[in-house]
Amino acid sequence: MSDTFYVASRKGLFTYRRNGADWESEAPSFLGEPVSAVLKDHRDGALYAGLNLGHFGPKLHRSDDDGNTWTELSAPTFPGADPEDKDAPSVDQIWTIAPAGEDEPGALWAGTIPGALWRSDNRGETWRLIESLWDRPEREGWFGGGYDHPGIHSVLVDPRDSAKLTLGISCGGVWKSDDRGETWRLTGKGLRSDYTPPEQSEDLNTQDPHLLAMCPSAPDTIWCQHHNGVFLSRDGGETFTEFRDIKPAVFGFAVAAHPNNPDTAYLVPGVKDECRVPVDAKFLVNKTTNGGETWNAQENGLPDGPSYDLVFRHALDIDDTGERLVMGSTTGNLWITENGGGEWRQLSAHLPPVAAIAFA
Amino acid sequence: MPQVSFTDNLMKHLPCPPTDAAGDTVHAVMESVFESNPPLRSYLVDDQGRLRKHVNIFINDRMIEDRIGLSDAVANNDRVFVFQALSGG
Repeated sequence: MSDTFYVASRKGLFTYRRNGADWESEAPSFLGEPVSAVLKDHRDGALYAGLNLGHFGPKLHRSDDDGNTWTELSAPTFPGADPEDKDAPSVDQIWTIAPAGEDEPGALWAGTIPGALWRSDNRGETWRLIESLWDRPEREGWFGGGYDHPGIHSVLVDPRDSAKLTLGISCGGVWKSDDRGETWRLTGKGLRSDYTPPEQSEDLNTQDPHLLAMCPSAPDTIWCQHHNGVFLSRDGGETFTEFRDIKPAVFGFAVAAHPNNPDTAYLVPGVKDECRVPVDAKFLVNKTTNGGETWNAQENGLPDGPSYDLVFRHALDIDDTGERLVMGSTTGNLWITENGGGEWRQLSAHLPPVAAIAFA
Repeated sequence: MPQVSFTDNLMKHLPCPPTDAAGDTVHAVMESVFESNPPLRSYLVDDQGRLRKHVNIFINDRMIEDRIGLSDAVANNDRVFVFQALSGG
């Protein structure tokens, strides 16, 4: 059970720690700066923060004393291209930082906008572009979802074999590697889009998985909150089945997979892509405990009155017991449950917009 | 030698006191600056060396024209000001 979590927000990184029955917020790091990604690496205790400075670009920092002091590291940087190439890439944003395998201490993966995968073997000191993915011709068919460029937001490492990776790309589908990123294949059969012409709706390369969430104890179970609905894979992201009849809506960004029960997952629904607010202004969390067959609204402790909160894709996290979940919204609300969604408690109504949450 | 100065906003992130930097173009001047202060590079230019979208450079009272190649000429007694734009913050 984790007694610490981190909130990456539009104006700083906030740390919450349990103190008796309460949760207390510490003085923020990077106050006033947009924090786009946060990772607490359980292997060595390092805390990583990706910043997206409005004027000065993406930055990466690491703390080895749990946020008291920070060291700036080199952020992922594309190699120099032909100066005549006005479209040559530059990293806009670090979207996710993920630990590599348990057998790869100090190794990290990062996903960025534009949609590139990066690897560090030295605790984020230096990064190398995974060219085998960047050079795939299919990348030309990707497009931005909510941002100017496509981006990699989900990097899943199979706990049984750290060479096996699964990526989620908006909008570029689901990609898998069995050899630590040497080679890639486009997967995700069963995903469906309705933002492309009908004959392309099953095109794997233009799917928009908003987030992939793996059950660590059953890694072939991967939940997908997709732009067009909710999907589940039982074969590690090779194929997906869709759940069409989820009330009040199938749209959303965040999904959390229970760490020990592959049939349990959580969603935070919104009306639809053109109207990203709770249905009927009633904010709730949807939970399934039977592999997606049925979903139950978790509302205790969430607002009774009209609410317009949206929870971004990385802003719902679940701890290693599966009982504690924390979510933060675009309107600066922060809620925690300590009994699997049965009761939610509001920890703040006054945070900046929340981009990401990570348990220690 | 041209003198280069930076805003308080940038100095909040990393040390960058006013400095004299050799060069007859903005690109050459900034390369001199980056040579003596390597971490500053990624704050002002992107991965391809283009001026970041929300950073401005002025030579005396004139905003530079070439934000991609930084080819604007700089004279020996010019003052170079590195600002952040009002957008993007």
